[in-house]
Amino acid sequence: MSAITDPPQGSFSLSMLINDTRYRSYTFQAVAAIILALCLGFFYLNVSTNLAAAGLNISYEFLGSPAGYDINQRLIEYDSQSSNARAAMVGILNTLLVAFLACVTATFFGVIAGVLRLSNNWLVRKLMAFYVEIFRNIPVLIWILIIFTIMIAVLPGPRAFRGDEPEASMLFDLFAFTNRGVYTPGPYFTRGLGPEGNGGINWLFVIGVLIASFFATRMVTSRANATQEATGVRPNTLWTNLAIWFLPVIVLLFVLGLKWDIPELKGFNFAGGIKVGGPLIALWFALSIYTGAFIAENVRAGIQAVSKGQTEAAGALGLRSGRIMSLVVLPQALRVIIPPLISQYLNITKNSSLAIAVGYADITATLGGITLNQTGRAIECVLLLMLFYLTISLLISTFMNIYNNAVKLKER
Amino acid sequence: MVENTTTHSAAFVRTETLPELDPPVTERGIVKWMRENLFSTIPNAILTLLAFVVIYSILSSALPWILGGVWTTSSLSECREVLDGATGACFSVLTERWNQLMFGFVYPSDQYWRPTLAFVLLFVAAAPVMFFDLPRKLLIFTALFPFIAYYLIWGGTILVPILALVGVIGGVMVYRKLVQSSFAMGFFGGVIAAVAIWFIGGLLIPEGASDNAALQAVPSRDLGGFMLNMMLGVVCVSLSIPLGIALALGRQSSMPLIKWICVIFIEFIRGVPLITLLFVASVMLAYLFPPGTTTDLFLRVVIMITMFSSAYIAEVIRGGLAALPKGQYEAADSLGLDYAQAMRLIILPQALKISIPGIVNIAVGLFKDTTLVSVISMFDVVGMIRGPLSAATEWNGIYWELYGFAALLFFVVCYGISQYSQWLERRLATDHR
Repeated sequence: MSAITDPPQGSFSLSMLINDTRYRSYTFQAVAAIILALCLGFFYLNVSTNLAAAGLNISYEFLGSPAGYDINQRLIEYDSQSSNARAAMVGILNTLLVAFLACVTATFFGVIAGVLRLSNNWLVRKLMAFYVEIFRNIPVLIWILIIFTIMIAVLPGPRAFRGDEPEASMLFDLFAFTNRGVYTPGPYFTRGLGPEGNGGINWLFVIGVLIASFFATRMVTSRANATQEATGVRPNTLWTNLAIWFLPVIVLLFVLGLKWDIPELKGFNFAGGIKVGGPLIALWFALSIYTGAFIAENVRAGIQAVSKGQTEAAGALGLRSGRIMSLVVLPQALRVIIPPLISQYLNITKNSSLAIAVGYADITATLGGITLNQTGRAIECVLLLMLFYLTISLLISTFMNIYNNAVKLKER
Repeated sequence: MVENTTTHSAAFVRTETLPELDPPVTERGIVKWMRENLFSTIPNAILTLLAFVVIYSILSSALPWILGGVWTTSSLSECREVLDGATGACFSVLTERWNQLMFGFVYPSDQYWRPTLAFVLLFVAAAPVMFFDLPRKLLIFTALFPFIAYYLIWGGTILVPILALVGVIGGVMVYRKLVQSSFAMGFFGGVIAAVAIWFIGGLLIPEGASDNAALQAVPSRDLGGFMLNMMLGVVCVSLSIPLGIALALGRQSSMPLIKWICVIFIEFIRGVPLITLLFVASVMLAYLFPPGTTTDLFLRVVIMITMFSSAYIAEVIRGGLAALPKGQYEAADSLGLDYAQAMRLIILPQALKISIPGIVNIAVGLFKDTTLVSVISMFDVVGMIRGPLSAATEWNGIYWELYGFAALLFFVVCYGISQYSQWLERRLATDHR
């Protein structure tokens, strides 16, 4: 029998490279490798001759030289004498800032609209369908420009807040909505550490305490679960958890001496507080409502994917509607909702590169815009830009894969 | 006695049924509908009232503005004079600048009929692809359409589209001849034949043939307006579907080198925003071509957008391929089909059918993304609004009408496409429900 299953032992001939399925794939791959190498070599040759003709070379030294331009919206110290690398860093943080804010609000809008699209209220259902269709079918760039225009054209200038009978007034004397941006009260510390008692280290303390509180509440909850398993009686954890969340932070903020810096009209503009620039708000809001429409569809699909029998079975077991939602429907719906939700987060991050259209200083506008135009280092800048976005999306998709594996239905 | 109870009923038992009463007023007609759909519970009633407030506030501000619109003035100041303080839109910017919004500001104005005709013919060409009931003979026109549209929009010598057509026909003939021995032979033979014909024909076309052509030659940089969006959308989608199929098959291939080339390409493209690819088109791609060659920006943008959407389409088709039961692959193998035959006859027809909704979604997204070319200073409809129209002295300070118009254009096209996709899904559902 072995004579049949053994491959034919004939001598190797050249035609077998094409006709024998055992060797054909090697031929194809060799051809592909040669073509790939030829293409890469061709491009390399062209790039080097073109660069030589233009008197350029590939060098990243420009990152260390002064950027020479100002950035209004920034999270870290920066002035026009800072290096291009610093400008890129400001851009990266701005990208992450707007992406994070937009992810939070888009999820908020999306979940609300998605749930309301399934409401048994006809009017609300139709209104939400209208919202989803309108926002999904119009380019996000147009939404960004429209909202930016609303900011500029509709909101009053700082000048309108002046005089004895101003045309515009601040909301609760705390918030000022102007066409240059929104001014909100900003926290600062009177007894904190760092320069002028206001270093970032104080915020690290606050975040550290919050993380500690988070783990403490997790412990309390798991202990309550254990008690419930053992005795059948669930201890009331609400007040303990609330105390763990709030008391340590409040004490810490009191120790550091938290004060609020309220924006005030000084001269031609507002001073003090935190300024959230118009471009940031336009980008944030536009990305939120645009992506929110997509998320709404994901949420709706997720909830509809849980079969009605699940709800009915849970009801037959005697669960109340709140518990049915949290114990039966949501865990199953989330399995369907989360993966597309995360790719929507990825889309938000990538779409935040449209900041360049409204002049928000994200990484595309700093590194890929002004730095590129001033230094003429097109290849280097675009490559760095792509590297940044690739890193972000690879990180997010790694996270998504881990999550998918964790919630995958364990079958057989 | 027994029969008595049936024939002579007691006087107090009714012999005939009463006519049916109408349901109570709260249980019929519009009142019932409203009780069930709008005011079933107190939270529902609150939601309804809130929705009414939202709808009223939108309509009360938008309707007077739209209905009071002015259509026939030639500048913003004139329009404001006509309005005289009343609420109303200045739609006259749309009527006055219609041609610029549609065709950009440098396309020769006496030639507008050419892109318009190409646009109308697009529907004729797309019809047999979109609706299967139409006579199949129409597909001949679809195959000819790219050459006709090229000739209409760019003009110049008619020799160029004819040469392109001859090259394609030559390639198809060589493919037909060689495909009997093997698909790969036929495919590569056809491509080589077409390229050879184009190359030789390119040498034959005389220099300056476009100078006195019947249709005036229009360079690509003169294209603009919504026409540019439509062209980018149609060209890139149609190019990226075959490329996406190839990438998806490559990603599933058992040959590691081919597989990894496809995986790296797809993941790289999907990981970066379209804007960075457009930057590549506008500032970097020129370095990759041999010194001295000039490729116009339109072509570079088409290359990059096609790469972009083909990666996404490849992922959609991969989903379709993965959704096919393994039995289909095994059945094809057991029939003795080779790889190309199995793919063409068994696998792809089913996988593509599953992927149609996804592909249409990508196409809609791509069409919306064509607005991004305004960032690299091409004057598509958004670029026209942000650039020349906002800068024009007569219309300085007009936003809503223009952005609203652009939004409406995109909404009509994208909503139409998504409705078509839903119809197609229902039409293609061959499984029994």
